[in-house]
Order: sequence, then C-alpha cells, then structure tokens
Amino acid sequence: MVAHAQIVPKKRHPLLAFAARWLFTTNHKEIGTLYLCLSFLLFFIAGSMAMFMRLELFEPGIQFVDPLFYNQLLTLHGLVMVFGAVMPAFVGLANWLIPMMIGAPDMALPRLNNFSFWILPFAFTLLLSSLFMEGGAPNFGWTFYAPLSTTYGPPSTDFFILGVHLMGISSIMGAINIIVTIVNLRAPGMTYMKMPMFVWTWLITAFLLIMVMPVLAGVVTMMLTDRHFGTSFFDAAGGGDPVLFQHIFWFFGHPEVYIMILPGFGIASQIIPTFARKKLFGYHSMVYATLAIAVLSFVVWGHHMFTTGMPLFAELFIMYATMLIAVPTGVKVFNWIATMWRGSMTFETPMLFAIAFVMMFTIGGFSGLMLALVPADIQYHDTYFVVAHFHYVLYPGAIFGTMGAVYYWLPKWCGHMVDERLGKLHFWCATFAVNLTFFPMHFTGLAGMPRRVPDYSLQFADFNMVSSIGAWLLGLTQILFLYIVVKTIRGGEKATAQVWEGAEGLEWTIPSPAPLHTFETPPVIAQDHGH
Amino acid sequence: MTSFAGGPKRGLMTLLLWGVPQLSLAAKFNMRPGVTEMSVRVQYIHHIGLWVCVIVGIIVFGAMFYSMFAHRRSRNPTPATFSDSIVVEFLWTLIPVLILVGMAIPATTALRDIEDNENSDLTVLITASQWKWHYKYLDSGISYYSNIATPDEQIENLQPKDEYYLLDVDKPLVLPTNKKIRFLVTADDVIHSWWLPDFAVKQDAIPGFINEAWARIPVAGVYRGQCAELCGVGHAYMPIVADVRPEAEFDAWIEGQRLAAELAGEAAVAARAKTWTMVELLPTGEEVFVKHCATCHQRDGRGQGAKYPALVGSEIATGAITDHLNRVMNGKTDTEMQAWAPQLSDLEIAAVITYERNSWGNDTGDIVQPITVYEAR
Ligand code: HEC
Ligand code: HEM
Ligand SMILES: [Cu+2]
Ligand SMILES: [Cu+2]
Repeated sequence: MVAHAQIVPKKRHPLLAFAARWLFTTNHKEIGTLYLCLSFLLFFIAGSMAMFMRLELFEPGIQFVDPLFYNQLLTLHGLVMVFGAVMPAFVGLANWLIPMMIGAPDMALPRLNNFSFWILPFAFTLLLSSLFMEGGAPNFGWTFYAPLSTTYGPPSTDFFILGVHLMGISSIMGAINIIVTIVNLRAPGMTYMKMPMFVWTWLITAFLLIMVMPVLAGVVTMMLTDRHFGTSFFDAAGGGDPVLFQHIFWFFGHPEVYIMILPGFGIASQIIPTFARKKLFGYHSMVYATLAIAVLSFVVWGHHMFTTGMPLFAELFIMYATMLIAVPTGVKVFNWIATMWRGSMTFETPMLFAIAFVMMFTIGGFSGLMLALVPADIQYHDTYFVVAHFHYVLYPGAIFGTMGAVYYWLPKWCGHMVDERLGKLHFWCATFAVNLTFFPMHFTGLAGMPRRVPDYSLQFADFNMVSSIGAWLLGLTQILFLYIVVKTIRGGEKATAQVWEGAEGLEWTIPSPAPLHTFETPPVIAQDHGH
Repeated sequence: MTSFAGGPKRGLMTLLLWGVPQLSLAAKFNMRPGVTEMSVRVQYIHHIGLWVCVIVGIIVFGAMFYSMFAHRRSRNPTPATFSDSIVVEFLWTLIPVLILVGMAIPATTALRDIEDNENSDLTVLITASQWKWHYKYLDSGISYYSNIATPDEQIENLQPKDEYYLLDVDKPLVLPTNKKIRFLVTADDVIHSWWLPDFAVKQDAIPGFINEAWARIPVAGVYRGQCAELCGVGHAYMPIVADVRPEAEFDAWIEGQRLAAELAGEAAVAARAKTWTMVELLPTGEEVFVKHCATCHQRDGRGQGAKYPALVGSEIATGAITDHLNRVMNGKTDTEMQAWAPQLSDLEIAAVITYERNSWGNDTGDIVQPITVYEAR
C-alpha cells in the first residue's frame, strides 16, 4: 500500500541530489537514520554543556561560568537532553525497527514521518539560538516554573515556547504514525500478543505521548499569554496560581519520564533473551506491567510537589500511588533476571549494556522508592539526591538503552559486525565513569547540597571533585563511541542475516545490511512463532 | 584553596573505611539526624527506605551475578526452556506489596504529625525575595531582613574561604528552645524554598500562598540551611541561619530588638536633621551597594548583559534625581529591580544613590540628603 515517493530528480548537482534525497525521503530506514544522527549531535551539544557545569562545580567558588550563564547551561542541558537526545533517539529506533519487526513495508504515514523529523532541526535551532540573544538563554531550569519563567523570564523565553510547540507537534505526529503502523500494518498472523516487546513498549509510549504532549503545549501557551496578552494564569498578583503551573507541568512531566524509559525496557527485553538463548520470561506479565506503569504514571505527578503545601490526603494518596509503581517495575526486573536464569549466556557488547541497564536502572528505582516516602522526601527534594536519582534512571535507562540498541542492531543496519574489543572497552569506561559521576551525588544530596547551584559550601568539595572527574571521563567515552560507530559503518567483518546466534524475530530474517525496502509482501508468521 | 588539596583522596579513603552509613563521619555520606524529634523520625524513615533497598538490592544483584556466573555458556551449554510461571509472578508481585505496606505505615504516621500545625507558642512569618529572607515575629512585631554574609572576595577566590562559606548571614533568625514554633512561609517575587535540614523543615515560599510548617527545637545552637528552589541568579546565595537560644535569652533578645528599633528611629530623625557631605555619604553608599546591589549590577556598576543594566552612564543614574530616587525606592514592577524603600533606611538610600551618581566615571556631583528620601516616602 505504501508507494515510496522517491524524489531524486535527474541531472542535478550531486550535492543538491544528496540534499534532496535526505530532505524528501519518506523511507522509514532513512528517516530513522536522520533521527539517530540528529539525536547524537544534540547529545554532544547538551553533553558539552554538562562538561562546563561540571568544570564550574569542580571546586567551590566561581571560576569559569558565572551564575547567570550557569543557569542557562543547566536549562538548555536538561531541555536538549530530554527533548533532543533521548526522545528523537527512541523515535529513530522505532522508525528503523518497528516496520521490520512487524513485517510491514514502511511506516503507515510516510510523508507525515518526513515532516515530523524535519520540524525538529528548526525547533532546536530556535531553542539554541536563544544563547546568542540579549538577556541570554532561558535560565529557569527544564521545569520552567512560573513566575520565574513568566514575569521574570528573559526575552528569549518566547523562542523557547515556540521551540517546545514545534517539538510537541513533531512528537504527536510521530506517535500517531507509530500507533497507526502497529495497529494496521502487522503482517497476517502477528497478533498483539506475538509482537516483540520493543513494539509493545513503543505502542504504550506513543499513547502516553499523545496524551501528555498537548498538556505541555497548553502550559507553554498559558505562559505565552501571561507574558504578552495580559492573562494571569500563574501570576498571584492578578489572582492566578503559581502552583497550578506545577500541577499542569508535572501532569505532563511524570508520564514524560516514562516516555524516556519504556522503549528502553523494550530494548532490554529484546537483547537479554538473545544472549541468554532463552525466551523472554513472563511475556504476558511484561506487557501488563508496562500497561500498569503507564496508567499509574498519570496519578503520581504530585510526588514532585510534596513541599508546595499540598493537603495531607493528597500527599498520602500520591505517596501510595508512587510506591505502587514500584511493583510493576519490580516485576519487569525480576522477569529479566528469570530470563537470564539457567540460560546459556554470552556477554557480547549489547548484552553488557543491557545488564548494566537493568542494574543501574534498579539503583535509580531504589532511590525513587525512597523519594516516594514523603517525610524523607521533604529532606531529599531539590537536593543532589534527586540529581543522582534521575541520572541513574536516565543515563542507564535512556542512554545505555540506546547505545545497547545501536550495538545490537547496527550490524543489521550497515552489514558489518562491531569490533567487540572496542565495544567492550567503551562499555567498561562508560560504566565506570557513569558511576564515578553520579554515585557521589547521593552523598552530597543527603549531606544537604541543594541542586541547581553554581557554587557550594566547603563540606561538599570532595565529592563534587570526584563527580567532575567522572563527568569528564564520561564525556571522553562518547568520542570513543562515535569512533566505533563510524568505523563499523565504513567496514568490518560481514554480518550474516541472523547476526547474533540466539536472535529471533522478523528483522533477523532479512539480509544484512537490510535493503532499503523490506517486506513488500508480508512475511508468513509461523503459528508457534515466539516473541 | 589549600583546604581541598588531597580532598578526593580523603573522600575515597573515608568511603572505603566507613562505608556503613551509621558510623562516624555519617554527616558526609548520610542524612543527618538533625536536632528535633521530627528530624530524628525523618532520618529513621530514611533508614527504613535505605535498608530495604540495600537488602533487596543484595538479593536481586546477587541473583544476577550468580546467574551470570553459573549460567554462562561455558558452564551451561544448553539453555533451559521455561518461560512462564504464574506462581512466581504472583509471589514477586505480592511480596513487594507487603514490604511497601510495611514502609508506608511509619511514613503515614510521621506525615500526619508533620502536618499538625496546631497549638503553636510562637509564629514567625518568613517572606522570601530575590535573594534574601525577611523574618517577622508576629507575636512581638519585630522584623528584619537576613542577607548572605559571605564576602564576594571569597566567592571570586580572592580570599581564602572560611568555614561557613555561603552558609553565613548578617542577621540570623533567633528562636527559643522547647517552644512549638510555627513558620508561615511566603514570597514576594518568585518561588523559593525555606530549608533547615536539622529541623526537617522544607517549605516552598510561593507568591500569593502562605504555607505552614513547624518545629520544636530542644537544643540551643546555630543551625544552617539554604534556599532549595531555583529562584534566579542568586539562588546559591540565600543561606538560612537559625540561632536557637534558651527561652530567657530569647526573651532578652526580643527586648533588645525593641530598644534597637526605637534607637534606630531616633537615629533616623537625627540623620534627617543633618546636612551630609559627599565624603560622609560615599563610604556608606559603597557599603550598601556592595551588599545589596552588586549581585546584579556588579561592583564596577557595569551590569551583566541586557538583563542587569549598567549604571555607568545610565540615563537614570545620571539623569534627574527624582527618577533615580523613584527607581531605587519603588523598583520597577515585573523586573528583578525591587523596591528598596521598605528595606533600607533613609540614610542608606541617600548614600547609595549619591554613590551611584558619583562613581565609576559617573560625575554628576549630586548629593542626595536623607531628608529628601524621607519626603519621597
Ligand atoms: C535582583 C537584581 C537587582 C538588584 C539586587 C538591584 N537591581 Fe537595580 N536593576 C535591576 C534590573 C533588572 C534593572 C532594570 C529594570 C528595567 O528597567 O527593566 C535595574 C535597574 C536599576 C536602575 C535603573 C538603571 C537604568 O538605567 O535603567 C538603577 C538606578 C538601579 N537599578 C539601582 C539599584 C540599586 C541602588 C540597587 C541596590 C540597592 C539595585 N539596583 C539592586 C536589578 C537589580
Ligand atoms: C555526561 C553526562 C551528564 C552529566 C555530567 C550531567 C550533569 C548534570 C548536571 C551537573 C546537572 C545540574 C544539576 C543541578 O545543578 O541541579 C544536570 C541536570 C540535568 N540533567 Fe544531566 N548530565 C549528564 C547526562 C544527562 C542525560 C543523559 C540526561 C537525560 C537523559 C540528563 C538530564 C538532565 C536533566 C533533566 C537535568 C535537570 C535540569 C534541570 O534541573 O532543569 N543528563 N546534569
Ligand atoms: Cu515523577
Ligand atoms: Cu533559591
């Protein structure tokens, strides 16, 4: 049903032809590549901002970055990592993998697909250009609480608002496309309960996106009218309510954190069975656990607001709901371990990343459980303990998840095996550096260091120095990763169709590198085909 | 900064030697017990959470490591084929629920007590603004601002940093021991958060809202905290210091504050009566500027980019005195330039304006008298 509009006009300058090919492509594989490249570029930009922050935090006192600029770096780092590095990476993986996994020829809405990608470079140009504006970039943190971002925001806040709108439109269109593809284009015989876990987690993520991105769009629009059109949604002086802002923001924000982790769950659920040479344990309970997490994620937003003066019953309700999320999350972890149990494991690079994902994500989950206990959260909130928590879930969850996925599927994409020695070197350096960077933040947070500060008192000096060294190491490992990816694309041992001995699923039935067009006629799904 | 030499080494050594949080040096690794009954309870809840996580972690990670060792291909060449079990799925749903219920019970009871703000003996209204705290004792009417006392030279690494770097204020909040003190917390501009870890009190200060919290402090001493919510450029520079004194000393202090307020009133009258010279005003003006204005406008009066305007050659600071007076006394709504009239005395405002009009190359030669400020109020 999907005819590719291969608009490669004849007799053009090769550079023009090249630009036209990538600008107008509607092929899911090419768009997937575009997403992944953009995400990697933005990951480097946001990462270098973190390097500057860690440089400033190396020692007490102000040395390199003044407080105003620190706040701008902090804000852009958070925003670009969340909306620029993690989300596009997952959409890129979805583009590459979902059609191949369900036996579809392409995404259901190829032109929409092209459009949702090409909005993003403009969105991020708008956002990042604010660095060069009078008054500087947004400086109110990625949570942009009013009134710091409304009444007191710099002029560039309007560019930020427009940028967020564009990202939101892109995400919503991407999500619609993914849902339509999964619902309509599954090969005959591929029932829902036969879909690979990665497809399942993305289906649920796409619904989360459709439900919360409009909320984000709403809150930034309210900011815009507060700033310019005389409304007072969030301005107490005009009868508005600054806490309302936080309710709306976190109603988007908490599901958003699951948007940044569910596809990672899916990736781990693909990789671990392959290298354990054993089927995923508890497939059904994995699906239900993911659904439970997604549903619960809509009723826990208040756990970011325990110190805003919520009534007791609300605090209790949200505390219980948040603790409850630990249950399906635990089920997922236990299922992964049960998959490994009595398997026949080998530890190639993707498997190492998947195992590190499970372990470090679990550490982040533990600190999340502690944060749910309201009396203790009163002490933890807005300290480095929180910074440690969300980096433990995000770095191993989203970044290790994506990197593991790249190591796992890159041979399928480009036809060459990854140099295992380099891959393992990257893995061990990254794992060491992530823990060196983020583990000491638990200690500084518990000892009382507030977050979002460019300077701190003397008792926190030791651990901050350790964190900064770790951060710079971590920055260096990214260059190694870039090198490995480029090297693999350019050459290397030829990959077979199956690539990994234990791999199962439709994507492993097509040749490596995967041809531009696959499954133009639907594959036949064996009756007993597993997940 | 000799104090950090060998810092990381020391940190790692202690990490190795005292990994168990309970032992000495816990303050570096773990939440402090604090001084109030409530802060000790909060630390207890933290420990419940921590130990549950540690124990579950040991079991989970233990199983993983065991499996990675025993079920690798070289030891277990043929994988098992099981992939489902209702029984274990049920068990590892039920057991976590039971553990969670066990954790929720003490948390719930503690939370109920934390939220019980009734029957207080004393009320302090805390008002945050960029970047200082204002304390008002509602029972005796005393009120004052509390500003960071760490000099800029230390922040800019021109002087060695002292022990309470970034944790020192000019006028601490003085409180009595063994009284139930109710804090009412609000803000004038953006959201801040009043946090004293040793009392386990963290309460957001939100414009248009008045939040409540309480503490009963059994032990006299000086306790330190910081603003916990991002509130702009000066967020790292609004420390909180509470000076807790035995009741009798506290009462004496209140009495002393009353007398001081009267004396200040008399001094203000005297200041108005006098005609001041430039030489007399400039040092006071510089002092006020450095303390209150330099965070934004910078010591050299050159501001910071477009956000904080330069005062050097500024139209207002070199134009009509009335405009200048008006801007400093009443601020400009919806910008970070706040009204200084409620915070500074006539003499201080006169001096800082005189200073701005005659420094860094501004040479209007104008002298502003306290009486002019008084009349402009
Ligand atoms: C929190 C940051 C901040 C502090 C502290 C601050 N100002 Fe300002 N000030 C501003 C901002 C922002 C403006 C610009 C307001 C506008 O016009 O948009 C300003 C404007 C001014 C102006 C007018 C300059 C011009 O050309 O528009 C004067 C004069 C001034 N401030 C004096 C002072 C004095 C005196 C103090 C100390 C008592 C002080 N400021 C403290 C932020 C600050
Ligand atoms: C190289 C690795 C990284 C380093 C060294 C790093 C460092 C930092 C630092 C120093 C802060 C500021 C903390 C504060 O003052 O409160 C921060 C905030 C943040 N980081 Fe990272 N980070 C890294 C990777 C990531 C990744 C991969 C993500 C997302 C997937 C991420 C998301 C965030 C978010 C959301 C914030 C909060 C921003 C805010 O408070 O507004 N970071 N990070
Ligand atoms: Cu949350
Ligand atoms: Cu603050």
